[in-house]
Amino acid sequence: MSVLLLLAVTSIGAGLAAGSVPIAFGKLYAALVQPGNDAISDIVWKIRLPRVLAAFTCGSLLALAGVLMQVLLRNPLADPYVFGISGGAALGVMLGMLFGLGAIAQSGFGLAGAMLASVLVFGLGLRAGNWNPYRLLLTGVVVAAGLNALLSLILVLAPQTAIKGMLYWLMGDLGYAGNAMPAFVVLLVLVVVVLPFAPAMNLLALGRMKAQSLGVAVSGIEYLLFGAAAVAVVSAVLIGGTVGFVGLIVPHLARLIGFKDHRWLIPGAVLVGGGFLTIADTLARSVWAPLQFPVGVLTALLGVPILLLLLAGRNKDAAH
Amino acid sequence: MLRIERLRIAYPGRTLVDGLSIDFRPGQIWAMLGRNGSGKSTLLQVLAALRPPDSGMVWLKDAPIATLPRRALARSIGVLLQDESREFWGSVRDYVLLGRYPHARSPFGWGAEDEEVAEKEIAAMHLGGFGGRAFVSLSGGERQRARAAALFAQRPVIYLLDEPLQHLDLPHQIAVLERLVTEARDGGGIVVMVLHDLNFAARYCSDFLLLYGDGRVSVGPAEEVLTAEKLGELYGFPLIPVDAGGERVFLPGKQSIKGRHV
Repeated sequence: MSVLLLLAVTSIGAGLAAGSVPIAFGKLYAALVQPGNDAISDIVWKIRLPRVLAAFTCGSLLALAGVLMQVLLRNPLADPYVFGISGGAALGVMLGMLFGLGAIAQSGFGLAGAMLASVLVFGLGLRAGNWNPYRLLLTGVVVAAGLNALLSLILVLAPQTAIKGMLYWLMGDLGYAGNAMPAFVVLLVLVVVVLPFAPAMNLLALGRMKAQSLGVAVSGIEYLLFGAAAVAVVSAVLIGGTVGFVGLIVPHLARLIGFKDHRWLIPGAVLVGGGFLTIADTLARSVWAPLQFPVGVLTALLGVPILLLLLAGRNKDAAH
Repeated sequence: MLRIERLRIAYPGRTLVDGLSIDFRPGQIWAMLGRNGSGKSTLLQVLAALRPPDSGMVWLKDAPIATLPRRALARSIGVLLQDESREFWGSVRDYVLLGRYPHARSPFGWGAEDEEVAEKEIAAMHLGGFGGRAFVSLSGGERQRARAAALFAQRPVIYLLDEPLQHLDLPHQIAVLERLVTEARDGGGIVVMVLHDLNFAARYCSDFLLLYGDGRVSVGPAEEVLTAEKLGELYGFPLIPVDAGGERVFLPGKQSIKGRHV
């Protein structure tokens, strides 16, 4: 865990130092501790720090949502976007862009879309009143597919000038991230709320009936965790668009590193997710500077080799 | 202590149990016998409050079981399910410690007592060297022993077990049965288990519940219920009582199953 903390801090440091104007660590430290009126302090405090905070928060939220979804659906391939909540948010934001609305109105549209999608998925998926992961998952996947079709329609109808922005948003782009402080507070609250239920999640992974027989009040906890996952997804998507890969893969990355007990997996995945997206975003905006890539392009490019390496390493261990 | 009252359990088109009332008392060891699909597991789950009956009540002491909080219930009733996920994230020790969940004082770590109990039960099921091993790497029988260890670590008063002997080799079948007898006789516990081995049932159990699968049941001690006639009807196959050194055992008849209505 301390190694992960170090990694997270390092990624934040690197994110602050690198960019179209590289800043030496000495100057960075000075600007952080004693901000002056110079250009470097301005860059650090007004540009880099909000951006790094946005990247870290977005990655952490997605990783947290991924862990929760994988437990709730008892499916290691569950992804925070699987329920169409992100699709609803995307549809709202795209509509906002189509109508040429400002950033805040776009977020409002996104939030409304996400809420509409979750009401739809939950209303349909839980009609019988009991929690059936299979039906819920299928409903979510179908709703998400419908929303994707609508998104394609918007892309077809949109004027040329708007399309690039839309595509960047859909790939996941932190270039337009506003103030991520509220989302960071949301992240902290979610971790505090969810962590006491980690032992129950350890049991839920073995099945509902088993968890119930050992004293877990399953239904209530499932609703709470799903609500937490939904809030995390919406907060993340409103910061950075639909950044792919992080929510699905970071929980597995954290497990492969050795965090399997949910009491450790939750903080572990939050740190790995935050650090990972911060590094990816730093590379996306500094390697080809002044050109800035949407971070979504890099998450899979970076994450796939890391995961494959870890998997290969684990197979070697298992063989011995 | 555990009491069922006018219990009715039915599947669409089929009544499994109707109007069943039993008072399960401390010290009793119950065997639930019947053919596949006769409702044994379903009844066990109803007793464990894991599914509601179609009508009737289950009482734990003087409270309807459905009104009790899950955690309190899990301190009194331990369940060994027939099936559960084979996927588990941790070691054998992590798995057995899950049995301590209803007793845990803090969500953020196990207490010394929890660790101690888990180690003791791991050793009791002869998994001493396996504590650190990944649960998923165990063989079927070892996994069943780990599940039994987790159940014993739970320290319940009432044991509800669905085919507790599955996958176990002979010595471990006996070890589990003897432990259950100890919990009932010396610990004042209640054991209710689904068994397919008639002779173990006859040797270790005090009371019997035969489910014929059509709403009929036979309830009672061995001398009333374990007759060749009743068992032959229960299984739809003839059984021959044999005297084995003073102990009566049942052997299946030599007829072929072919041409029989099964």
